[in-house]
Amino acid sequence: MTTTQMTLADAELPKVRVDILPLLIVPVLALLMLPLVGSFPTWVTLTVAGLAMGMMVFMMASGLTLIFGLMDVLNFGHGAFVSVGAFTGTLVLLPMKNWVEADSVLMNLSVVGLAIVLAMVVTGLLGWAFERIIIRPVYGLHLKQILITMGGMIVAEQLIHVIWGAEQIPLPLPETFRGAFIIGDAALEKYRLIAVCVGLTVFITMFLVLNRTKVGLLIRAGVENGEMVEALGYRIRRLFVGVFMAGSALAGLGGVMWGLYKETLTAAIGGEMTVLVFIVIIIGGLGSVGGCFIGAMLVALVANYAGFLAPKLALVSDILLMVTILLWRPQGLYPVAKR
Amino acid sequence: MLRTLLSGDLPRSRMLSATLLVVFIGLALAPFVVSGARSLNVAATICVFVVLVASYDLLLGYTGVVSFAHTMFYGIGAYGVGLALTGMGPSWTAIAVGTVGALLVSLVLALVIGLFSLRVRAIFYAMITLAVASAFAVLASQLSDFTGGEDGLTFKVPELLQPSFHLLEATIMGRAIDGKLITYYLLFFSALGLFLFMLRIVNSPFGRVLQAIRENDFRAEALGYRTVIYRTLANCLSALIATLAGVLMALWLRYVGPKTMLSFEIMTDILLIVVIGGMGTIYGALIGSALFILAQNYLQVLMGQTSAALSGVPFLANLFHPDRWLLWLGVLFVLSVYFFPTGIVGKLRAGTLAKVDRRP
Amino acid sequence: MSETLLQLTGVHTHIGEYHILQGVDLTVPKDGITVLLGRNGAGKTTTLRTIMGLWHASRGSVSFNGSDITQAPTPDISCAGIAYVPESMGIFSDLTVRENLYLAARQGEIDEKRLEWIFGFFAALKKFWNQPAGTLSGGQKQMVAIARAIVEPRKLILIDEPTKGLAPAIIQGMIAAFRELKATETILLVEQNFNFVCSLGDTVAVMDGGRIVHSGMMSELAENRDRQHKLLGLSLDSHQ
Repeated sequence: MTTTQMTLADAELPKVRVDILPLLIVPVLALLMLPLVGSFPTWVTLTVAGLAMGMMVFMMASGLTLIFGLMDVLNFGHGAFVSVGAFTGTLVLLPMKNWVEADSVLMNLSVVGLAIVLAMVVTGLLGWAFERIIIRPVYGLHLKQILITMGGMIVAEQLIHVIWGAEQIPLPLPETFRGAFIIGDAALEKYRLIAVCVGLTVFITMFLVLNRTKVGLLIRAGVENGEMVEALGYRIRRLFVGVFMAGSALAGLGGVMWGLYKETLTAAIGGEMTVLVFIVIIIGGLGSVGGCFIGAMLVALVANYAGFLAPKLALVSDILLMVTILLWRPQGLYPVAKR
Repeated sequence: MLRTLLSGDLPRSRMLSATLLVVFIGLALAPFVVSGARSLNVAATICVFVVLVASYDLLLGYTGVVSFAHTMFYGIGAYGVGLALTGMGPSWTAIAVGTVGALLVSLVLALVIGLFSLRVRAIFYAMITLAVASAFAVLASQLSDFTGGEDGLTFKVPELLQPSFHLLEATIMGRAIDGKLITYYLLFFSALGLFLFMLRIVNSPFGRVLQAIRENDFRAEALGYRTVIYRTLANCLSALIATLAGVLMALWLRYVGPKTMLSFEIMTDILLIVVIGGMGTIYGALIGSALFILAQNYLQVLMGQTSAALSGVPFLANLFHPDRWLLWLGVLFVLSVYFFPTGIVGKLRAGTLAKVDRRP
Repeated sequence: MSETLLQLTGVHTHIGEYHILQGVDLTVPKDGITVLLGRNGAGKTTTLRTIMGLWHASRGSVSFNGSDITQAPTPDISCAGIAYVPESMGIFSDLTVRENLYLAARQGEIDEKRLEWIFGFFAALKKFWNQPAGTLSGGQKQMVAIARAIVEPRKLILIDEPTKGLAPAIIQGMIAAFRELKATETILLVEQNFNFVCSLGDTVAVMDGGRIVHSGMMSELAENRDRQHKLLGLSLDSHQ
């Protein structure tokens, strides 16, 4: 017995294959652009701007890709959560105007923090209701999912008009978030740096949760084989509702951040991002959080570099990027193994 | 005769037949029964939308593929004619060149997108088309030297179609026989022809294969049908017909612009109409378009009155604001996906079937 | 015969428009290995999936340990004490061997003593403890799948064709492992490989056309070559 076991154990040493190529794209792209852009300070500004935008897109896209991976549900109405989040943020930011206008980092941070918390709670709860009412009856039916979530998006956008009116709402940045740090000749806008910090925090938190906690492991296991997770005695439905709520809340966070970045709000703010978010999750490989992160950075960086180097090209840069990536890896950067 | 025209796919419901007949006669006689430019405009829009929506139904209802690029093909048709008439002057040759050029562009695009993404999953295709269509809309509105940008292009049509042209000195039933009327009937008969053509397609062996793929693509593949090829063909066909719808609309409006031709709102309108009218029936496009365009133009007036009456109540007044009519349609849309996925046509037909069943 | 642990009575299961199980009556006694034999398409996998609640019976009943689980959801069935090793093994390839087992340990932590016991017959798992399960070989993946089912004590373990696609040397190792398991666990084992199970099984049932066509003691069937031939037909020879 032991002899056979030993040969079994020694046979075919598995090769650990870490797929690092996609990880390299972002830094390589940034370095390649340096000579093209020409000036180092401009390059720094462009790169930071790209990373900041990428982080905000990542916040909106990460929930969507997980929801798709876990339950095979593609929510075409995900953008609605972005809009609702941004508009909910105004419930704090507009009445507490003097906190926003105060020249105090602490007051500014706490008012934005409060807006974010409220937005995430509201979008999270909305996500729970959306999952119950809109999504649950159409599990496994892709066609209906697309139609029904589109419908949900239309209704949500219209309801925002009903509640907040049809006019666009100005959303000024807090006083101390304005302006830029000047390092050498490079100008780094403060708010962009904040966005990078928030985005990195979200990414690292997500990474830790998915790799170090039981819930996170269950989510990753569920993405690959939900049936087996159930057979091990876990209710994948409950897991899914949780992920749906978290994903919606993240979209709400992204909405507040994005709204402050744009400094004006329209109900279509989320719908406008839908296309970009889709491109990001396609590039990343549907269902992969890591791929989604790289995809978001890539799309945003390419858009920023292209906007500087060839403004006309920037209009279609994300599509071209998507086509290029899909020609290289038809399933996206990190295809998710599926049952 | 009628059976042949309708390719053997009869309405199969008395209510449905009656409604279809009303819409048909209404559209056929529209210039004589309604007065005013606006009403005729409504009728013409219905004609174009019947074609546009039915061509979308070909894809969604009969193949089970969701595309968000339908307005792109519609826009290609419109811009094709618009650009040709602007560049070559108002002649029939320009229209022909524009149409053929637009059809070719649509065909190539539909083929590329189809072969690129239809082999994957329906959901993937929906996302890719959404991305491509939005990029196209951005291009059309930004390349202003070429397309007129956000403002679009206004152009002249051949003399025969110009409103100032009069075919006869006299009037018929109080209606001058002018270019506008001729254009309307050009639209009407083109729409009728295309509609009957699509009925023929879905009732042909080709259409049956499409439906088999929709029901169970795995089995259709096992039976030896190359599903990718069939889906791509359906995609191309649907794109070409949408292109023609765009051509018709451009001729009617004598104008093309990104808002009227390429905006995402039109795409959602098409989706709403096809689902509410009835997917996979072709007739649903006719009934849905008529109802939708009428509602768009006249329901808003009603809502305006309701809203005014409720002006004391802040939230309710907003709820019934004329601009919020899409809210109610959205709700109707969601409800119909759940409760009557076959739409109005399916509902009417089911009523008839139930009656037939009850007969001893 | 010892007491009954699992009892299927007149179970019918439909998958889509196909009527797969057409009245299955199956009894699994407590302790030891019950083998479910039958050719491809006989309904063995469907039987296991129906027990596990992954597909639900349209008629008939499944009772386990005295309670009815016919329509119970899969997680409840799992918590009632049934573990499942599917034909596809269902390992989480993205997760390490440790994480795969950790998820199977519903108590929260993996019991060290039990783990040592498992390492005793699945030594490879110890070696590749922190490797992503997807990088393992087929036989090693099978070990992960089975280890997941036994990482905590369960009342019944359903195992679907564990030898499928494995090399003969590895199958020998599996037989040894099953000998070890059999001392303490109750197993319902689906197989096509008669040689693998004839020495392992205590009781046996043979399926054909969605029904149980024979059930009895394994020792009887192992001796009666005529009956083997009649019940198992070509599927027997093809594996020899």
